[in-house]
Amino acid sequence: MTMTEQPDAELPIQQLESVVIRFAGDSGDGMQITGNQFTRTSALVGNDLATLPDFPAEIRAPVGTRAGVSGFQLQFSSKDIHTPGDAPDVLVAMNPAALAVNLKTLKPGGIVVVNTGNFKDADLRKAKLESNPLEDGTLDGYRVIAIDINERVAEALEDSPLTAKEKLRCKNFYTLGVMYWVYSRPLEPTENWLREKFARKPDIAEANIAALRAGYNAGDIHQLFHGHYEVPKTDALPAGTYRNIMGNQAVAMGMAVGAKLAGLTPVLGSYPITPASTVLEELASYKRFGVVTIQAEDEIAAICIAIGASFAGALGMTSTSGPGMALKTEAMGLAVSAELPLVIVDIQRAGPSTGMPTKVEQSDLLQSIFGRNGDTPIPVVAASCPADCFEMAIEACRIAVQYMTPVIFLSDNFIANGSEPWRLPDVADLEPFPATFATNPEGHLTYQRDERGARPWVRPGTPGMEFRLGGLEKDVTGNISYDPANHQKMTDERHAKVAGIADSIPTPKVAGAQEGDLLVVGWGSTGGIITQAVEDARAQGQPVGHLQLRHLWPLPHGLDEIFGRFKRILVPEMNMGQMARVLRSEMPTHDFVSYTKVTGQPFLTSEIQAKIKSLLEN
Amino acid sequence: MSGATLTKKDFQSDQDVRWCPGCGDYAIIAAMQKYLADSGADPAKTVFVSGIGCSSRFPYYMNTYGFHTIHGRAPAVATGVKAANPELDVWVVTGDGDSLSIGGNHLAHILRRNVNVNILMFNNEIYGLTKGQYSPTSPVGTRKKTTPMGSIDRPFNPVSFALGSNATFVARTIDSDAKHLARMLKAAHEHQGTAFIEILQNCVIFNKDYYGGFADKKVRSDKMIDLRPGEPMTFGKDGDKGLKSKGWHVEIVPADEADVWNPGLKSAAPSFLMSQLDDDPSLPTPYGIFRSVRDAVYENELHQQIEKAVADQGAGEIQDLLHGGATWEIEG
Ligand code: SF4
Repeated sequence: MTMTEQPDAELPIQQLESVVIRFAGDSGDGMQITGNQFTRTSALVGNDLATLPDFPAEIRAPVGTRAGVSGFQLQFSSKDIHTPGDAPDVLVAMNPAALAVNLKTLKPGGIVVVNTGNFKDADLRKAKLESNPLEDGTLDGYRVIAIDINERVAEALEDSPLTAKEKLRCKNFYTLGVMYWVYSRPLEPTENWLREKFARKPDIAEANIAALRAGYNAGDIHQLFHGHYEVPKTDALPAGTYRNIMGNQAVAMGMAVGAKLAGLTPVLGSYPITPASTVLEELASYKRFGVVTIQAEDEIAAICIAIGASFAGALGMTSTSGPGMALKTEAMGLAVSAELPLVIVDIQRAGPSTGMPTKVEQSDLLQSIFGRNGDTPIPVVAASCPADCFEMAIEACRIAVQYMTPVIFLSDNFIANGSEPWRLPDVADLEPFPATFATNPEGHLTYQRDERGARPWVRPGTPGMEFRLGGLEKDVTGNISYDPANHQKMTDERHAKVAGIADSIPTPKVAGAQEGDLLVVGWGSTGGIITQAVEDARAQGQPVGHLQLRHLWPLPHGLDEIFGRFKRILVPEMNMGQMARVLRSEMPTHDFVSYTKVTGQPFLTSEIQAKIKSLLEN
Repeated sequence: MSGATLTKKDFQSDQDVRWCPGCGDYAIIAAMQKYLADSGADPAKTVFVSGIGCSSRFPYYMNTYGFHTIHGRAPAVATGVKAANPELDVWVVTGDGDSLSIGGNHLAHILRRNVNVNILMFNNEIYGLTKGQYSPTSPVGTRKKTTPMGSIDRPFNPVSFALGSNATFVARTIDSDAKHLARMLKAAHEHQGTAFIEILQNCVIFNKDYYGGFADKKVRSDKMIDLRPGEPMTFGKDGDKGLKSKGWHVEIVPADEADVWNPGLKSAAPSFLMSQLDDDPSLPTPYGIFRSVRDAVYENELHQQIEKAVADQGAGEIQDLLHGGATWEIEG
């Protein structure tokens, strides 16, 4: 498509229900920022949305290569949506590699916006392309919007004092401007964000703003598109105050708020690891909320710092991902034996070993439930979407404090970096669970259990309550004991305590069909995708139910009865069938169908839909 | 319990002490209990944190708060205790295997952070609890069950290790010298920041009297030199010998020519030089205070940052946290 200048033309506005855009470029092109800005603005104009950042593990893979492609997909909608969308309607490709990697996901007839400035021979070679996809027919069947963004940015920033290289770095904001015009988004939120972010470098802020406006105006005056679109704000969301939230941000907030609800100082020990580092970064910025964070020397020190803090009467916390979980294992055993509250956050990534650090997987489930030496039960909870991280992180704090136990909170890469609008809870509705400390030495025993099976917590510094605690087996007094009957008793009690947590958690509700041929059981980040797939299946008249587990260990009461109402139970998960295995061993009488995917990418709604359909037909 | 005068007995727990008869640990715990009583310590504010090993049973025998943790990790646990409650008086008890082998990383990092705890490292140059394997401080050639032809790895010098980790207080003492031990405990306790004491400790079962050649009472005055801050570096039965640094070397000189020892210099180089004297059989093995300097204390800084954030931005409530980003309203 050539650009014809028709400044006077009145371009029609067309209304759309939902749009999926994928921004793709080199990892140095700022695609994550572009995507996040589009997300933020869409949230502010009142769309429902869901995002899927997809970036390489290398911070700077060789420029222009396929390995270095960074993507950000989002779906924004005027209705209630649950996923970032299977296939984009629009692909923004900043270079040939980004086009090559992402074109296959684009909808037939979809729009491709390409930066022709980066389609020179050298660029094609870096992307390992033999011919130019803009010319060789690769893009037949798509609507191609070709813009030399490099050139346009250089023109727009002619008067800027920045160097040519710095100017070129503004190209993502030009692109964003174009997309803002196409989807009728306001520029102000991004302009304000830029001014704030570059408060000390106003030249950079102004150049990016100029690029953004140039892109926006290009849409308007050059008639790049046949017209522009509007995705009206959603009325599907309940009334309230909203903000856009990313999963790891919500985890951090939940942990800080959970500690407040317990009346305790949160002390986080953590070691940077992808994709959990942002939990540490976020909590480190909560100093005025009284959050103590320590970047430890390693994963083991991180959890040990948290355990030391809990021993001293604070709420110890640690955040990590799979490899870090492996390293923390021995210390988790200490927290189980010492019966101290502790919140362990595992933002799962694809494994084994270093695996694919920036890709999603749910394969730490069995490790979380069972992966320790000795009989060492630890409760496990999981968040189903970015906003749910807030609630489930608070829930992890509650269980830890009320039951004097470490708790593992599972999230994953999809939730951690994904974002969605979050209806802010009313602070008055957040139920406190104040921690209590034993202070009376009269008749006090270190391991005398309360009705929940929890031992009393004593804060060092309390006169007359001095006691010794450790990882050696002990009896009710806390003193070391090798007595065989005592070890049996203590092991039984530790198990009973964790099993008893089920008494404090609600039975999950089934969405959709309450009985019948098929129930889909999900946990973690598959929640949104399953919701969408089941809603679509039901819209087509298929009798399917959906149950999302948020408490994974112990499992909630009532599942056996619910499962009994369905002929078959489909368990989709991004691992080799770990939850299916747990359910089969806990409730062996039901017909569980495991459906697994370990590509490092979330399920597509269409994949779950197809599975539902095939199970209902056979 | 503050107010009432406590005795050594008040710091003894009701648990039977289970070290081997004759073990150097008995003398150390006795000195510790006596020191705490003499210094007016409050058992309720005192916490002993240990790792794993013979020495790490120490907390069970102290009538204070105590946490017997996992192998090598006591410094990290102690850091957490201090981060949560800087008011607590925290002692870490560890051994050469616990702190320099499996826990080497944590020891290095607590020292560089300068958390205000006291670390007592019992060095018997052997693994006692696992029944006598060589340790990271055993000299090359140590023949034990896992090294039937002699160990081939070069040992750590704990004092050099601590200095290399930028420790602000480093000392060495001997289990059998109760007076010196008490003096080191006091100096360590009074130090603000991480105080590291290597205690030469006699494992009578697996490495009996390994230090006898220089630390035995009969030879100690000639074979060891007590580094006393602000005093001339003299030694010998009659106090007639002294040490003097000449460039990068240390020489034995008549007592009146000895250098005055200063463990508080900006540079840790002289301390390091003294820590390496052990390697030269013609020179005495130093003990006493190798280094003592003031620097920022980790947990104080940690909480000062929080106080500053509160002072600058106001104490944060849940409402502020949740509404911290850009928000919008959806009307019903
Ligand atoms: S084995 Fe050695 S260090 Fe351990 S208690 Fe016995 S004598 Fe002491």
